[in-house]
Formats: sequence, structure tokens, C-alpha cells
Amino acid sequence: MEHQPPPFFKTGPTPLARLLIFTALSVTVLVADARFNYLPTLRQVVAVMVYPLQRIASAPAGIVRRVGEFFVTQSSLRADNARLREESLANASALQQIPALQAENRQLRDLLAVRERLEVRVVAAETLYAAHDPFSRKIVVDKGSQQGIRAGQPVIDQSGVIGQVTRAYPWLSEVTLITDKGQLVPVQNLRNGLRAVLAGTGNDGTLELRFVPLNADYQNGDRLVTSGIDGVYPPGLPVAQVSNVIRNAAQPFARIAGTPLAGVASYAHVLIVQGQRDLPPRPPDEDQPARTRKPRKN
Amino acid sequence: MIEARALRHEILLPVKPGFIAFTLIAALLLNLLPWSGDWLWVKPDFVALVVLYWCVEQPRRLGFAVPWLLGLLMDVADGTLFGQHALSYTILAYAGIVLHRRVQMFNMRQQVLHVVPLLLLAQAVALLVRLVAGADFPGLAYFAASLTGAALWPVMGHVLKLPQRPRLDPDQV
Repeated sequence: MEHQPPPFFKTGPTPLARLLIFTALSVTVLVADARFNYLPTLRQVVAVMVYPLQRIASAPAGIVRRVGEFFVTQSSLRADNARLREESLANASALQQIPALQAENRQLRDLLAVRERLEVRVVAAETLYAAHDPFSRKIVVDKGSQQGIRAGQPVIDQSGVIGQVTRAYPWLSEVTLITDKGQLVPVQNLRNGLRAVLAGTGNDGTLELRFVPLNADYQNGDRLVTSGIDGVYPPGLPVAQVSNVIRNAAQPFARIAGTPLAGVASYAHVLIVQGQRDLPPRPPDEDQPARTRKPRKN
Repeated sequence: MIEARALRHEILLPVKPGFIAFTLIAALLLNLLPWSGDWLWVKPDFVALVVLYWCVEQPRRLGFAVPWLLGLLMDVADGTLFGQHALSYTILAYAGIVLHRRVQMFNMRQQVLHVVPLLLLAQAVALLVRLVAGADFPGLAYFAASLTGAALWPVMGHVLKLPQRPRLDPDQV
């Protein structure tokens, strides 16, 4: 039997073999994540590993901002102050009426035996960075499951809905913006109460209303608010303003574009809305006869 | 060409493993800086650049496991599909290791012509993964990151070689 001399240098498997091993590993992980959603724990572990880097990387921006805040000029402070005072005066009259209105609302709801609207609780969070992914619109904020953030909670800013928490890590969470292509928000036209589904287009600053019939009453400038029928977004939060309505009789649906009202692309402070609404139980399926009491005829 | 040879045959100190780790972490930090707006489109993938650099310069040092793990970290940080960056860095590392002899024949500026197709390949792999997963093609601007990355290659090579350059006068401490 012929003996090969032992190799001088031990180099392990060839690069091609190692490429195939790691490619197979990547594809396994990809399929497990995309198809079966198997790896939330592994993702959490990696998230904890990368967390310090994320905080360090976003620290300089915070320092720059704080230095900028320190050097605001007095005139801009005075202008701000005057504006805020005017705003608070304007809001004061509305605010004073709120307790009375709430009491009245409660009484009326009692009379009608309607469930109470949920009082929303919000957690303020700061945007760390926008995820560098050209295929989606996501931001990362600095509050996570340790602060009670859960996937699915809506995220708003001072002027409207900006998105929804899609993944909560221990100290960070990932927010998918309403402009993301896969993100849907059930909305209602404030002017006439028409309900529709608002979808992101993948571009900053444009949204579209899906499956709206040609004759539906939408005009430029209509404000769209959340309808609340999804059980995710609390009802009545402003979402978008209709910016363009195209009715083409050759197509089954009208093309209605909207612009988000909230600062979706401005990445500042955001509010995460907490609190599960206790929804009525799911209605029985169609094929099963509904157990309802028949009104007895006398 | 003579200049290229001269540069190649420059005597460099051996690279320290700690320095490689440091550059990789620095690249991760650069990737995680709060880039926003149009900068997101032209921002090169610094981790891909540094991985490719070490695979070309020191093909025995980095191996495949480190790029793969860095890819997982980037996947979590960017909220992309788990394994997308891992796959693209793995392929980049392979290309770097296989082509290192050829690429090393050129000086840093000439290497750019080799780096562009490799970075484009890595991006195309990520694109393919996302297209299979159901995303839309984001437009040709997607590939701008490879071009800016390749433009940074000579600068990066100069900076990363600094600790390996011997002092001009060894008597001077």
C-alpha cells in the first residue's frame, strides 16, 4: 500500500468545502426564520450581544444633539415660548371641558350599555437609528420588553400614527413604519366615516388606500384616522391625509394616495401605546348555527 | 507596474489578532451609526469591506465563522431576514480567500476594480434572498453602496496597514 507523505501545513477543509458548509448553514437559518419562524430565541440572544454596540454607535448623535440644544439662541427660545403660551391658551378652554365631557360620555355610554373606550397608556421612547434595509421601513427605538413593550403595540408621535412594534428585544424594539410595504392600518375617513385599509408603498411619504370602489366619496384633503376595528390601533388616531385621488373607469378600484400626518421619516421621540383592549369574543363561524335567543312571539 | 511591485514588496510587521478584532468591531459601529435619509442609500457596508480586506490580505486569519457570525449580528441590528447578511458575508469571504493571490498583485487603487464586482456580488446575494422572500426590487440605487464602498477601499487599505508599517528609523524610540 502506498503511503502519502503527511502534509506540511494543516489547512483544514478547502475553502470550497467551508463555503458550502456555511452556505448550507445560512440557508437553513434563513428558511427556519422566514418560513417557519423558528428562531425567536436565537434572535433574542444575538440581540443582547449586539445591544452594547447599538448604544455606543448611537451615543455620538445624542451628544451632538444635546450640544446643539445647549447653544440655542435666545430669540428662538423666546419665539418657542410665545408659541407654546399661545397654544396652551388655545388648548386650555378645550381641556377645561374634558372632565365634563368625559363624565357625560360615561353616563351616555352607561345608558347605551356600551363598553368603555380604553384609556391609552403611552411609553415615550427615543429613536436610535433607522434600520439600514432598502427593502423595508423600520426604526429601532430604545425601549424593549423590559419596559413592557410587546410586539404588536402601535407607535405614535405628537401628530399621528407612525407604525407598529414588530419585534421586542430586551432593551430595544423594532418599529415597522406605516410606509413599509407590508404594513396595513385600518382607517376611517373623518369626514364621512367610510372605512378602508391604508397600506404603505415602501416610499417615505406615500401611502395608498386599497380596494376602494370607484364611486367612494374621497376628496383631496380628507383626514384618515384609525378605525379601531382591528383591535390593534386605538380608534381615532390621525394617520394620513388624502393627497391624490385618481378614478379610472377601466380599473376596478380607485387609486387614492395619502401622505402620513406623523413625522414618519423624521426619527425623533415616539410614544408606544400600551394596554390591550378587551375585545368582544370572536363571532362564531358561518357554518355553525349561531346560538342566539330567538325573540319569543306572544 | 514597478510602483505596484514596490508597494507589494514592502516589508510589513505581522498583524495582531487583536487589531483584526478591533477593526471588525469598528466596522460594526460604523454600520450602526444613525444614518438617515439619502445617506442610507450611499452608506457602504463597512463590515463587508473590512471582511473582504482581511480575507484578501490575511486569507488564513479570518476563516468563515467570523464573517458568518458578524452577518448574524447585522441581521438582528437591521431587522432583516435572519441569515441574509450571514450568507452574503460568507460568499464574500470565499471570494476574497480564493482570489487573494490575484488581487494582491495590484496596488490598492488598482484593487478597486476587483473589489467592485465582489461587493456587487455580495449585494446581489442579499437581493436574491429578499426577492425570494417576497420583497420588491428597490431600484438600481440599491447598488450604489457597493460603488461608494469600493471608492473607500484605497483609503481603508492605507489606514488598516498603518499599524503594520515599521518605524522609519528603528533606533528612534
